Amino acid sequence: MNVRLIVNGEVLNAEVTTPISLLKVLRDELHLLGTKDACEQGECGSCSVLLDGDLVCSCLVMAADAHDLPVTTVEGIASDGELHPLQQALIDHGGVQCGFCTPGFVVAGADLLERNPSPTSGEIREALSGNLCRCTGYGGIERAIQSLIEVEER
Amino acid sequence: MEIVRPQNLAGVFDALELSPDALLLAGGTDSMVLVNAGALRPDNVISLRNVKELKIWDGGFIGAGVTYARLEHSDVAALAELSRTVGSPQIRAVGTLGGNLGTASPAGDALPFLAAVDAAVELVSGSGSRVMAWDEFLTGPKKNALEPGELILGAHLPDVVPERTAFAKIGVRQAMVISIASVCVTRDRAGITTVAMGAVGPTVLRARGAEEMISGEAAPSEAALDEFQRLVSEEARPITDHRSTEEYRRMAVGVLARRALERCLA
Repeated sequence: MNVRLIVNGEVLNAEVTTPISLLKVLRDELHLLGTKDACEQGECGSCSVLLDGDLVCSCLVMAADAHDLPVTTVEGIASDGELHPLQQALIDHGGVQCGFCTPGFVVAGADLLERNPSPTSGEIREALSGNLCRCTGYGGIERAIQSLIEVEER
Repeated sequence: MEIVRPQNLAGVFDALELSPDALLLAGGTDSMVLVNAGALRPDNVISLRNVKELKIWDGGFIGAGVTYARLEHSDVAALAELSRTVGSPQIRAVGTLGGNLGTASPAGDALPFLAAVDAAVELVSGSGSRVMAWDEFLTGPKKNALEPGELILGAHLPDVVPERTAFAKIGVRQAMVISIASVCVTRDRAGITTVAMGAVGPTVLRARGAEEMISGEAAPSEAALDEFQRLVSEEARPITDHRSTEEYRRMAVGVLARRALERCLA
């Protein structure tokens, strides 16, 4: 069957014959490789996308069930070749090491700042609790988000 | 594979008639894990994403399709608390109350709450509906009373939920964790107390002896709280598995119940 997705504002079509996940379609059919494939159990958050405005694990969404819904992937977070402020802040604050988890953190962190421009430390940690990073110890990631709050307060 | 995405229950039953073995897909947090692992290969899927009857949350009725992201905003303390401990924001955005009931894991975070308030579960099929008590519905580990052709409509809470309720769980970290032990305690103005325990038995369990003992204490002393904690631990029926040991679970559920009770008394 044909699945029509509105990915980062663009209407894209994929043919699916099995109950595969949105993650698989994004990567293998649509060649959007920013969304990472790791645990496929919803545990690690590396496949985080916005589906119809909600932060979800794309590995837990059946692609056929996302028909006609808007999807924002990490590729849709940066615009016109300009990094999203969170992406730059992650670079500046050492929030990136191996980089594998980074797209998920960018999507989850940008979603947090969109909904809550001045999150507390607790709110940041809770918002990122579904994303695992095995390199940074999270400190740089949290500082990156905090740096954006300080900028906005000035 | 074929998928249908009906807008209402009538559409679900039409689809079920054509393919009785179809996978009923809601949040997908359990079923897609199986699909990804190759353990589940449905030929027919009925998506419950757009079924409006399942999304109704009207005071005492919580539709099976209501997500934990929505339930986090409940004004019933225990329901809001347990919802906030489910998985992560990504999981709560899609995970539903009906999923906990359908999966019927003894560790399902919503189940101790439903047990503590004596909720009833409503099942619907093309030929009608039936309502059963939570302990008739949950029949064993990952087993429930759902028959082929039926789906979970939602849970009915009692007309009056006790004024004070609290939920607590423990796992290896604060988020994204399956409970090693969990508990929900309710206490009404008359002191009548209920205690339901998760992940320490084949299904969620009520600690009836502890309930009876503490319900008779208008202002429980330290000694009464100690006895309450001891009785809760005694009534648990935990096992040792890859997540924890019988001994630890027994100890932890008593501690959690005492803390939840203390929050109800505060």
